[in-house]
Amino acid sequence: MKSSVIIFPGSNCDRDMDVALKKFGFKNQMIWHNDNSIPKSDLIVLPGGFSYGDYLRCGSIASKSKIIKSVIDFANSGGLVLGICNGFQILTETGLLPGILQQNKYLNFICKNVFVKVKDKKNKFFKDIKKEILELHIAHNEGNYFCSNDEMKSLEDNNQIAVTYCNDHGDEGDENNPNGAIKNIAGIFNSKKNVLGMMPHPERMIDKYLSGEDGSLFFENLLRNLN
Amino acid sequence: MEVTEKIAVEHGLKKDEYKKICDLLKRVPNITELAIFSAMWNEHCSYKSSRKHLKKLHTQGKKVIQGPGENAGVIDIGDEDAIVFKIESHNHPSFIEPYQGAATGVGGIMRDVFTMGARPIANLNSIHFGSPQHKKTKNLLRGVVKGIGGYGNCIGVPTVAGQTSFDESYNGNILVNAMTLGLVNKNKIFYSKAAGVDKPVIYVGSKTGRDGIHGASMASAIFDDKIEEKKPTVQVGDPFTEKLLLEACLELMEGNSIIAIQDMGAAGLTSSSVEMASKGKLGIELNLNKVPCREEKMTPYEIMLSESQERMLIVLENGKEDHAKKIFDKWNLDFAVIGKTTNTKKIDLLFDNKNVASIPLEFLAEDAPVYDRKWKKTKLPQKLKFDKKQFKSLNLSDCLNKILSSPNVADKKWIWDQYDHTVMGDTIQKPGGDAGVVRVHGTSKAVAASVDASATYCFSHPLTGGKQIVCESWRNLISVGAKPIAITNCLNFGNPEKEKNMGEFVECVEGITEASKYLDFPVVSGNVSFYNETKDKGIKPTPAIGGVGLIKDYQKMITMDFKKTGNIVYIIGKTEGHLDQSIFARNILLEKKGPPPSINLFNEKNIGETILHLIDKNLIQTCHDVSIGGILTAVSKMCIRGQKGIKINPFKDLVNKYEYFFSEDQGRYIIEIEKTNIKKVNDLLKKNSVHFEELGIIDDKNLSFNGEINLPIEELSKTHKYWLKNYMEN
Repeated sequence: MKSSVIIFPGSNCDRDMDVALKKFGFKNQMIWHNDNSIPKSDLIVLPGGFSYGDYLRCGSIASKSKIIKSVIDFANSGGLVLGICNGFQILTETGLLPGILQQNKYLNFICKNVFVKVKDKKNKFFKDIKKEILELHIAHNEGNYFCSNDEMKSLEDNNQIAVTYCNDHGDEGDENNPNGAIKNIAGIFNSKKNVLGMMPHPERMIDKYLSGEDGSLFFENLLRNLN
Repeated sequence: MEVTEKIAVEHGLKKDEYKKICDLLKRVPNITELAIFSAMWNEHCSYKSSRKHLKKLHTQGKKVIQGPGENAGVIDIGDEDAIVFKIESHNHPSFIEPYQGAATGVGGIMRDVFTMGARPIANLNSIHFGSPQHKKTKNLLRGVVKGIGGYGNCIGVPTVAGQTSFDESYNGNILVNAMTLGLVNKNKIFYSKAAGVDKPVIYVGSKTGRDGIHGASMASAIFDDKIEEKKPTVQVGDPFTEKLLLEACLELMEGNSIIAIQDMGAAGLTSSSVEMASKGKLGIELNLNKVPCREEKMTPYEIMLSESQERMLIVLENGKEDHAKKIFDKWNLDFAVIGKTTNTKKIDLLFDNKNVASIPLEFLAEDAPVYDRKWKKTKLPQKLKFDKKQFKSLNLSDCLNKILSSPNVADKKWIWDQYDHTVMGDTIQKPGGDAGVVRVHGTSKAVAASVDASATYCFSHPLTGGKQIVCESWRNLISVGAKPIAITNCLNFGNPEKEKNMGEFVECVEGITEASKYLDFPVVSGNVSFYNETKDKGIKPTPAIGGVGLIKDYQKMITMDFKKTGNIVYIIGKTEGHLDQSIFARNILLEKKGPPPSINLFNEKNIGETILHLIDKNLIQTCHDVSIGGILTAVSKMCIRGQKGIKINPFKDLVNKYEYFFSEDQGRYIIEIEKTNIKKVNDLLKKNSVHFEELGIIDDKNLSFNGEINLPIEELSKTHKYWLKNYMEN
């Protein structure tokens, strides 16, 4: 399976994503933001970081970058696109995903492990994943997801909510919501479910010496579903 | 403008220093030349008060590749890997503008590290604030933490460890010390010494603006009522540009284009150009019209003194300009050939086709003033005799709760949750433990780092305090299973023109030297920050020590959280009951006199090496050193982290329980042992003549002792975690 990780100026989880994808068997290549096209890929990843310094608004300048047209075309033709953290912010800015990511409710950057509940398994990202609740890691200042009532209705009607913040028993609720995201949303799909944006970083949870190993489950599962 | 003595004094020069400048030049300097002298001769750049004493530091060792004198120190960690590291202060700017002051402190230290060709892999910080009740403390703390996070998080370098303390001596002068570790191939290290004549001098990075002018002289002055007026001299950071600069520099360093490289830190273009040329015994000529400027009509004076951030000066090989320019263009950074190296041994500045400054470099470097300042020795205070009767009204559980929730002991999670500590995917020990640990990417090795300061001990007796802080750093590295290799020091002191403050500096340096020599734990880099004084009130002497150690096999790293019910807990090292200067004496008995606990370097080394041996043989599960708050505090933290309890054995001998539990005797560790390993551990400890005692056995949920303490760990956790969060959010 071939994957491509886009590097924007200011991306800083690009290497981590590259390491994770290769560890689980992807043939990964790094693509520069100023390139005109993306080589044939089964998966395109927009990594975390501070693309273009997150100036103006997180992800907004990246959503106008040269490479982004290829990403949008790829997504529109049904290709699999994964945006993590800043990548999620970029996806909402491009319009591939609905809604916005606002500053965290308590106005602080948050770096910690969180639990998320997998809400939908009828998609290539989470199909057949063994656990219902994953322990992942967040590190962001703007992860407070918000969308209009209409957008929320369509997210819910089409089962586009991918993962929600919860505790280790799966209880959602304010006390388990780290950033104030509406309905505890940590990640969503587009309507065709080939585009996933999420704030948690699975690439930081890929061996037992790191924060945990549920990221490994995510990548192993993804590869299996693509094969 | 004609330069006069009055103008020179306004630039922070002393009258006799100005006379010396005129004598050296055999004329009156022009304003640009005066600016250059004032920047190079101030305390921050010239180390004029400290130089004599810094020479005494122990800086040699088998693992030392580069000691003090470069952008950062470098140590060998085996194979072809080397670690570049340094700590630096950004105290004065952070007090005036906490967010930008702290942020640019982090930016500056990272540049020092990647200037040498190393990719930064870990950040640490040591931050010290005034009394929590002081009206400025909360906002300063919030701003500093946001600034450190704002910069480090954006660059994508994990902040893996740190230290925070509160003391009223910092009410008017907070301390912000930032430390960075970088990884480099030991055959590809870049230095700041220029070589060769007629080599192009390149300016890269951000444009030059009027920010930060006189920053270095501000850092060499004491504060007064007009401090707020200094805001314009605080630099403004742009971590995004720094990230681009980092990537661009590392890309350029892959080839053979660079002869020398130096970041523009304090005193900007002045100190970087002077240092590169004078280290290479060359001259340098710069055309200031070529310097990329952000603002219009900047004068040579302003260009030379600007401390705009995210800039580098590079001496390139001839003919490599186009290759280098292509890389900086790719990263959207300014690139300009602004001059060349010469054989004149002078710095010559051209502006509008005129020579606007011409100064022999030796006048700026070798001839800079060096002072042998008067200093006063601090006598060892008399040991206190505590009246044991006053302990009778106390209750062990209350004392423990008070200590665990006191500002200097309370959990600092509120702070490090705001730092990205996991980016780069190699952080295997997060903040909150004895040391932060990151893997050396793609190898079985890991590097441990910690940063420590104990101003209370240093204030009471600087010589002992200096030794203690090196030992504490050593113990923190040992506790995670790392072999300590070297240290960097950030020497934060008051006004060196006062005999008491100068004495504190001299004796702390002596203490640091003695301990680092004995432990073979050399100092490879550092910085001095004097004049931490506001309206005549100086800070307590606060040398911060950043220690770095190596774990050859990261799978052997250990942590401080208790692991398994039924395992046995030992105290290693002797408990003598020294309460003077302890947090128990200060916070519970309200007794602030007496000497700090003494240091026995022989024991320190012997015990430390024995612990490392136990870890290497996989004989212990957990380790934590005993520091402020004594045994009971240390053991509580181990319980909290592991969500386990402990049943502490009743005392066999006639020991005073307060002295036993809360004394801060040095050189002690607490370890957890599986029952099946007890004999092997005992044998090894006896063989090495290490004193040990069994403290108790790990229990499910309570910390208990002899019917006198019975505290659920959940409650202890709340007590420990509550203070800072509550303080900051209410």
